[in-house]
Amino acid sequence: MALSKIWVHVEVNEGAVAPITLEILAKARTLADTVEAFVGGSADGLAETLGAHGASKVWATGDLGGVLQGAHVGAALAAAVGTEAPDAVFFGTTYDGRDIAARLSVKIDKPVISNNVDVELDGDALVVSAPVFGGTQIVKTKFVAGSPAIALFRPKSFVAEEAGGGAAEVAELATVDTGAAGAAQVLDRHVEETSGPKLDEAPVVVAGGRGLGEADKFGMIEELAKLLKGAPGASRAIVDAGWVPYALQVGQTGKVVKPTVYIAAGISGATQHMVGMKGSKNIIAINKDPEAPIFGVADLGIVGDVHKVLPKLIEALKAR
Amino acid sequence: MNVVVCVKQIPDPADPGALNPDHTLKRDGKLILDESDTYGVEMALQLVDKAGEGEVTLVSMAPNGEVAGLRQALAMGAAKAVLVSDDALAGAGALDTAKVLAAAIGRVDGYDLVIAGVESSDGYTGVVPEQIAAVLDLPSVGFAKSVDVADGQVQVQRQTEAGYDQVTSPLPAVVSVTAGVVEPRYPSFKGIMAAKSKPVDTVTVADLGIDSGIVGWSGAGQEIVDVAAAPEREAGEVIEDDGEAHVKIVEFLDGLKVL
Repeated sequence: MALSKIWVHVEVNEGAVAPITLEILAKARTLADTVEAFVGGSADGLAETLGAHGASKVWATGDLGGVLQGAHVGAALAAAVGTEAPDAVFFGTTYDGRDIAARLSVKIDKPVISNNVDVELDGDALVVSAPVFGGTQIVKTKFVAGSPAIALFRPKSFVAEEAGGGAAEVAELATVDTGAAGAAQVLDRHVEETSGPKLDEAPVVVAGGRGLGEADKFGMIEELAKLLKGAPGASRAIVDAGWVPYALQVGQTGKVVKPTVYIAAGISGATQHMVGMKGSKNIIAINKDPEAPIFGVADLGIVGDVHKVLPKLIEALKAR
Repeated sequence: MNVVVCVKQIPDPADPGALNPDHTLKRDGKLILDESDTYGVEMALQLVDKAGEGEVTLVSMAPNGEVAGLRQALAMGAAKAVLVSDDALAGAGALDTAKVLAAAIGRVDGYDLVIAGVESSDGYTGVVPEQIAAVLDLPSVGFAKSVDVADGQVQVQRQTEAGYDQVTSPLPAVVSVTAGVVEPRYPSFKGIMAAKSKPVDTVTVADLGIDSGIVGWSGAGQEIVDVAAAPEREAGEVIEDDGEAHVKIVEFLDGLKVL
């Protein structure tokens, strides 16, 4: 039994539909007869990609003029779901996705369930799966509050796949007056220069932890990542310590990555971290403590000092 | 400058977590202040210091009148706390939590700013701060990596996928802060002693004017249907570095054709 309609939030990266949206569209198609998308902003340049990935329509607010999306798109959606009646509204676990889902849930007084990695139907009720306790257990939760169900999905939960449809029809998602709640304004956008691939899209991730000893040593992680055409990542411990920005954090409270190769250097493997990288296809761990939990998930574990192993590895790769 | 900080008292992450038979998180042992919240407390203290007047009030929700974690934050320098403790809250989801915390914030006179951590270390739904803002009908700026207040506006560097946005919002507003935004202070001995006598206003759901029949399990709108062990990942080969471990890594990478 399928649902009749699911709405999917469109995350936009540099003018294009973000991979996480395409992943969720692919899953939504298997659950509902009709899948439609919505975006806070203009649909320009998005309708073809969305259509190709199975969305028949894209609801767009049009240019929001530099406001933060949460309150505005949340209120617009709350008004629209009343008449359009989707069975579910899906979001990726992104900054704007979380903000919009939170505002929507309060506006229509429905729960939102976060951090899901899967979803299935039980009759006509949606059941979502989320990892708890550092990914050691999976909790399945059923929506019983009536439609729409509001769910947030982690990146890489599903595999994006084109469905071969034509461009999605563009419809207006009418905005409403949000008063004081919508008063936050973006003054300026800063793009941090990153030369390599994005952390959650990179085929290789090299992550460093407390075992590096000091902030300066993170340079080794960056150099190795660059040599492998990958992205640098970090454990929460060194983000909390202020060595590297939050954007690099891999784990439950950071990014979830599933690269071909994940190299954990000086990371012991707290459950908090493991939930963010356990899905990697291959894991290499370097840690001086043979009892470190990270070795329990590593395909290749090196019991050794990162300050000795990494420089030699970097030299060996440079020599090739 | 009066700042309210939402803090959560959680089971010590060093102890393995466990679920009750009804699938709620076991929270009956000693609870500690979520480390993620120490950043918000520190940020609030710094903003009040800079303004030269005002105080920091904590707002929290916990079973059994638990205050151990609140005392930690009071020892850092917060002036007082409102604690919502009620058996009716067992099973509360993010939306219920936001409604209850928003009502508790409403008991604090004349606040300018509400600060919360981006997400707790145990539940990590990551939606509660924005939901609180929605219930209070306030503007909000999430995922702050820097916060400053001047001329009735809060200036925030908000984390984005590409870098950060410089965002401004009128007060009062809700701001959620990322870990590492400031360096949380360690409570001084004097602070720890002073915290013991700081006021903690413990209230029930009914005291907040909320019907206890619509929060907790009865109001969650969600039902846990299964809890199962996640598929285990097999451990592979573990070797001791004999000075040549890097060769082994290169061979492994070669085998995967990523070089």
